[in-house]
Formats: sequence, structure tokens, C-alpha cells
Amino acid sequence: MSLILILEQILNGLQFGVMLFLMAAGLTLVFGVMGLINLAHGALYMVGAFAAAIVAAWTGSFVLALVASLAAAAAAGALVELLVIRKLYDRDHLDQVLATFALILIFSEGTRWVFGSFPLFLDVPSYLSGPISLPGGIEYPLYRLTIIAIGLVVAAGLFWLIARTRIGIQIRAGESDREMIAALGVDISKLYTLVFALGAALAGLAGALVGAIQSVQVGMGEPVLILAFVVIVIGGIGSIKGAMVGALLVGLTDTLGGVFLPQLFGLFMEPASATSVGASLASMLIYILMAAILLVRPSGLYGGQH
Amino acid sequence: MNREKLLNTAVILLLLAIPLWAHMAEEPFLITLATKVAILALAGVGLNIALGIGGLVSLGHAAFFGIGGYAMGILAAHAQNYEPLAEWPMLIEGTNQMPVIWLVAVVASALAALVIGALSLRTSGVYFIMITLAFGQMLYYFAISWTAYGGEDGLSIWVRNEFPGLNTLVPLEFFLICYVILCAALWFAARLARAPFGLALSAARQCEARVETVGITPYQLRLTAFVISGAITGLAGALFADLNRFVSPTMLSWHTSGEIMIFVIIGGVGRLFGPVIGAALFILLEHLLGGISDYWQIYLGGLLLIIVLYARGGVIGAISGREVAHD
Amino acid sequence: MTDMTDPSGAGQVLKVSDLSKSFGALQASKNITLDLRAGEIHALIGPNGAGKSTLIKQISGELRPDSGSVSLLGRPVDDLDRVARARMGLGRTFQISALAMEFTVLQNAVLGALGARGGVFRFLGNVMRDKALVAQAEHALERVGLLSDAKRRTADLSHGQRRQLEVAVALTLQPKLFLMDEPMAGLGAGGSQALTGFLDTLRHEAPILLVEHDMDAVFALADRISVLVYGEVIATGTTEEIRNNAEVQRAYLGEEEPV
Ligand SMILES: Nc1ncnc2c1ncn2[C@@H]1O[C@H](COP(=O)(O)OP(=O)(O)OP(=O)(O)O)[C@@H](O)[C@H]1O
Ligand SMILES: [Mg+2]
Repeated sequence: MSLILILEQILNGLQFGVMLFLMAAGLTLVFGVMGLINLAHGALYMVGAFAAAIVAAWTGSFVLALVASLAAAAAAGALVELLVIRKLYDRDHLDQVLATFALILIFSEGTRWVFGSFPLFLDVPSYLSGPISLPGGIEYPLYRLTIIAIGLVVAAGLFWLIARTRIGIQIRAGESDREMIAALGVDISKLYTLVFALGAALAGLAGALVGAIQSVQVGMGEPVLILAFVVIVIGGIGSIKGAMVGALLVGLTDTLGGVFLPQLFGLFMEPASATSVGASLASMLIYILMAAILLVRPSGLYGGQH
Repeated sequence: MNREKLLNTAVILLLLAIPLWAHMAEEPFLITLATKVAILALAGVGLNIALGIGGLVSLGHAAFFGIGGYAMGILAAHAQNYEPLAEWPMLIEGTNQMPVIWLVAVVASALAALVIGALSLRTSGVYFIMITLAFGQMLYYFAISWTAYGGEDGLSIWVRNEFPGLNTLVPLEFFLICYVILCAALWFAARLARAPFGLALSAARQCEARVETVGITPYQLRLTAFVISGAITGLAGALFADLNRFVSPTMLSWHTSGEIMIFVIIGGVGRLFGPVIGAALFILLEHLLGGISDYWQIYLGGLLLIIVLYARGGVIGAISGREVAHD
Repeated sequence: MTDMTDPSGAGQVLKVSDLSKSFGALQASKNITLDLRAGEIHALIGPNGAGKSTLIKQISGELRPDSGSVSLLGRPVDDLDRVARARMGLGRTFQISALAMEFTVLQNAVLGALGARGGVFRFLGNVMRDKALVAQAEHALERVGLLSDAKRRTADLSHGQRRQLEVAVALTLQPKLFLMDEPMAGLGAGGSQALTGFLDTLRHEAPILLVEHDMDAVFALADRISVLVYGEVIATGTTEEIRNNAEVQRAYLGEEEPV
């Protein structure tokens, strides 16, 4: 296998990881600040992708489509928070799991009802399609590179938001002590709605960006949701930094494992069975990674005591 | 007899009476529905031991349900092709005998629960939920990529497996098998809840510090409960696959985990008969609402939301009030 | 500082040596050394936030000290977790009651008896029909005056009654020593008098390390008193010595009248 192939796959893994980060960041924030486990986060990813596909079909503008994905997911997130989620903050995890599972059913079947089971299409705009030459002779799709860039910019913005702004201070205060932020005179319920909508917007953006390379369809958020959970377990609940590290680890492990494990097995097995054994093992690789980290650090790489 | 016991008796008798009537009225479809209720209830009885008594919110029980299903699928497929499962280190043949299949299903799912439980019980709370979910999903993806046994398409069996002395092809006879197993599991779960183990497990759910202070380690209790729970759900999986004569990765998907949990919740968490009532209601809704709209799960979601937000005791709680402490 | 530590160590049921623990910048235990001897009640007093509960938790094994050591019955237990220490014969009650709230009072007591007897991994027999366990549980309830409430749900008990139940569960363990974290709180005058009388006899079964704000009870019961202020034991001595200790009066008794 060539060096170029390896570099290409590393970029793919990076792109995947950055998208996972956008998903995981919202989940981990919502858990850290409100103590809520939200299974319906994948539905917001789907909402973002559908909004983008519709607006792109209408206006033909990819930028507007991305804006729409942010807006629609944020709005859906805020609405869900106001109607359902805020009743769950004081409930136990079981209630949170069930209620947000119910939300998934409502979102998924509702979307299927309106848009049908066939996927919508969201095209990569012409100015972003096609490969671009990178130093070292790598030809890499420009769009994927753009995704990586957008993801990194958003991540940087998020770190800045949390470390430097008033809202960030309130969020961090909320993670350590609810009463303290009440004492600071912050309107907690507004802060919670805001954090939830922010997490939703990030998920929606990820949905739109990925929707352009995969397809936009009902249920698209669920596999990503579960990977985001793995990311959070690895990184540690409530930690944005952990989410970043976990997302990149999972993204790279999954991508590189999927490509190289079958080749690795090919070194000492016959090709057919190497492919199937390698593929089976690759599909489990990130979970094995998670289990290994769990053995050493039960509360994740950057996790506190939750 | 209090109202809960009365309700329980009525439900279990009704579950027997309907297929008996359907048998005479020659309505095999009704028998199939009742069989489905019995099997799904069995899966719920399994989950309820971990969830209801032990407070372990496992979102990965589909793993055990699916392992049970694949135990049946794999053994039966080999029996059907006359290809041994393994020739080395010893000859292992497939089988179409239900008791053997059940044994394998129970042992395999118990082993899986031991491994998954040992890892995930090192954590608690949301971590536990996410980790059980993740391990369940791992097996799901594994099944999809495991082409030897059908991969994504699953595995079909031509003829239902056999049980000595019965004709399992007669719907009523297969129903009775499932019904008897369900009753046995209910009996066991009831005994377990009152046994020393159940007392300690329930105490560990309510107050971990209390249990440790009297010299009992919660981890061992929970792991044991998780294994028992997984084994029962695995047995249900084997029966479910036999009912459909089909097993596919869907049995392992987290939606299945969610649905098993829904049976338990709709009926009432920690209530012995919660899963039976929940499963019956679920099948009824699926059937009734499914007839009205293809998108019946919207209504299911709405119903679930209402139960969680406003009626925490589930159906049994609504009918018979607060749970009475065990005597 | 008055030190009455018995240099020979004879009759020492519990020995705490040089224990320190910090929560971030806050030092909750500073080089604490104290012991508990057979047949005695050793009271631990100090203002709110002094670090009394934190010390109890380090002895019971819930919190790991930063440094120092704990011995039970002459054996270092620093490597043992709370379950192992409980099995060695350490019985403990909590300041914030830790009970199975859905259970009846009797079930909580039976749980204690079950923990003491062992045999938790039995899956079939009805534990509430186990005559030996129930008898042991009822006996403990009777001793703290809760037997008439045996069938009530624990969640329905008053705070004082929960405290009594904590003591009863600890009794079912037949421990070799007791750690009690404010067992009188919420009991009311009659209740704390009754419990005072009971603890007075209990010390002959097993010695008690008693954290208590009720000074009447402390001075009526204690053989020795240790005073903890800001994580530090500023004095240990008999009730007389503590009453007359100027430092203690300045730091604690003199200023704010304890609750
Ligand atoms: N887990 C913890 N993390 C941080 N600080 C803690 C923790 N536990 C206790 N503290 C702090 O340590 C100090 C001692 O607490 P502790 O509960 O031991 O006091 P106490 O003497 O039992 O008080 P009280 O009489 O009110 O029960 C307090 O300032 C408390 O806030
Ligand atoms: Mg205290």
C-alpha cells in the first residue's frame, strides 16, 4: 500500500472525526450542563440535512442550505426543549431515555410521512466538487477538505465560546453547580434552551455537510448518534476537549481499520476470508477501542466524576 | 387479592384463552399474534430483572435477543444443510431440536451478558446506558458484516424446529410452548424478587451505600442480575426467530432494545406483569394503529411520551395504584 | 493538647494515625490521630464543616485519605474497601440517612441481617419468611423502639425515625465497633433521651465513635471527647478535661452555643 493511500485515508478519517465532533459536542454539552441524555440528537442531525436539501432544491444555493440547516435544527431543538426536554431535567435517566426515544419515533415517522422513504439529494456545489491537488501529489476531493476546514473552524469557535465569552462562563458554571449560576442571576431556563439549541444547530450542520456526500434520508442520524456516544464515552462526559479527542480517535480508527484491516489479514490469509474477517473485525474496532479505554479509565479520557 | 393480582390473573388467563378460542374458530393469525405477545413478554421479563429490580437501564438488550435468535438460526441452518458447524476439535452438528437450541441460546447470551456486563457495570448512570447501547450496536454491525450467516439479509429457516412429543407446526402447540416458558419465567422472576438476591439487588438500586454498609458488593449483584436478565431475553430471541423462521441483524438493532424497554415501561416498571401487559398492548397497537396508518409509530411515540411525562406507573400503576411493598 | 492515647495499644478497636485529606485547597483532615477502645464511647464534636463526617468516611472506607493510616481490630485496613471493612465488623450510620426508601422498615433491617449472615446469592426462597433473619431484624428494631413501625414504608418515616432505623440496621450486623454520624439529629427531646439511654448500654457490646451536636447527650455518654476544628483535633480528653480546656472553649464551646 502506498503512502498516498495512507495519507488519503487519514484525511478521510479526519473528515469523519470532525463531523462526529459536531455531533458529540452538542450531546456532551447538554449532558454536562443539564445532566440530560438525549437520544433524539440524531433526529436533529436529520432535520438539518432535510432542511438543507429542501432549501438547496429551492434556491440552488449551498450556502443558504447550510444556513437553513443551522436555523432549522436550532429551531427544532429549541422547540423540543421547551415542550418536552425541560420536563426531563429532574427525572431519572430512564425517563430521559424513554422520552427522547419517543421523540425519535415521532421525528422519524413524521419525516417519513411528509417526505416518504426515498432519500432526498443534496448535491455538492460545482465550485466545491472535484479533486484538488495537495502537496505530495495527493488528489483529494475539495468538498471533503472543505468539511474538515468548516469542522475545525466551528470547533475553534466553540472552544473560544466556552473559554472566553460570558455565555461560556455561564455554561461552565452550570456544569459545576446549578445553584451557583442561579446565584449569579442567570436565567437558567433561558441558558438551557440556548445550550440545547446550540447543540442542535451543530448536529444540524453536520447532517447537512454529510448529507451532501451520503444521502438525506430518515434514520440517517442514528448510526452517527451511536458513534457520538462512543466518542463521549471515550472522551469523558461533559468535556468538549474529550469530545474532540474522542471524535478524532473514533474517526481515524474506523476509517483506517475499515481499509487496512482486510489488507492486514490478507498478509496471512486467503483473500476472500481475509476480506470478510477483516471487515467484520473492522466493524467492531471502535467498540473494542472503547472497551479498552473503559478498562483503564472508566470515566473516559477527560472525564470527571459524574 | 389486591387489584394488581386480579389484573395479572386476568391478563395471563386471557392470553391463554384467546389462542384456544382462535384455534377452535380457525383463526391462526390470532394465535400467531398471541405467540408474539408471549415471546416479547418473555424478553421483557428478562429485561425487567435488570431494569425493574436492579435499576440497570440497559439499552443493549437487543444484543441478547439477537444472540438467541442467531443461536437458533445458525444451528437450524446447519441442520438443514447437513453441514457440521465445526469438525475440529470435535464434530459439532447443527440441530433442529428446540431444547438444544434453547440451551445454546441461553448459554451464549449469558456469556455475552457476562462480558458486556462486566465491562459496562464498571460505570453507572449515562455511561452505562451509552456503553450497553454501543456494545449492542457492535454486535449489530458485526452481524451485518458476517456474510457467512446471511449478513444484512439475515438467515431463513424452511421448517420450524421440533420439540419432542409435540407438533410445532400447529400454531397452538407452538404457542403453548412459548406460554409455558413465559409462565415459568414469571414464576422465577416473582420468586427472585422476593429472594435474598432480589432484596439485595433492589436495595442496591435504591441506595448503593446502604448495601455496601451491610457488607454486600453491588457489582456482583448487578452482574449476576444482568447475566440472568440477558439469558432470559436470549431465550426469547430463540423463540422469536423460531416463530418467524427468520433471523436478521434487525433483532440486534437498538430499536429492538428500545422496544423491549417500551414493553416494560408501558406495563409498569418493576411490576411482575408489566412486560406481559406492555407487550400485549404494543402488539395490539401495532395491529390496530398499523391498520389505520403506516406511520403508527408516531402515535406510539406520543403515547410513550405521555406515559413517561404524566403516568409514570404505566398501565398497572394507573389501574392498581402505588406498588405495595413485598410482604 | 491533652493526649490520652494508650501507648500500649491494648484494647484498641480502632486506630487512626496521622490522617490527612484535602478537597482541592480545602484541607478537611489535618494529621488526625485518634483511637477507640473496647467498651467506650468516644465522642467527636466540632462546628459545622469541621470535617467530622469526612473523617468518618475515611474510617469506613468511602473516602480514601491522602495520607495516614487506619487500623481496625489491630489490622491495617488501608487497602480494604468499605464492603470489606463492614465485613470485618464495622457498623455505621449516616448523617444523611442512606436507606432503601421503597422498602418497609422491616425489609431494611432484614437486609442488614442478610448482609451479616451472608448467602445473598439465593434466588428462590422468600427472604421475608426466613425466620432467623426476621427474628434478628425484629430484635434490632425492638431495641431502638421501631418494632411497632416494622410494616411501614421507610419513605413515610420521620427524619428521626430514619435515624433510629439506621441504628437498627447497624445493630443487625452485630458489629465490633460503631461509627455513628449524628444519630440524635431530628429525634426531639424524648427520642434523644431514649437513644441516649440505649447507647449507654450498647457501649458494652461494641465501642462507639459518636459524632454528635447534642451536647447534653455527648456529656452524658462520652468516656472521651475529641474536638475537631478546621480539620484538626485540637483536644482529646475526658468530659471534664474538655469542659475545662481553655482552647476548646475559645474555639468552640464558648463562642457559639451548639445546637
Ligand atoms: N466531596 C467533597 N468535596 C469537596 N468538599 C467537601 C466534600 N465533602 C466535604 N467537603 C467539605 O469539607 C468540609 C468538611 O465537611 P464535613 O461534612 O466533614 O463536615 P462536618 O464536620 O461533618 O459538618 P456537619 O456538622 O455540618 O455535618 C466542609 O467544608 C465541606 O464543605
Ligand atoms: Mg457531618
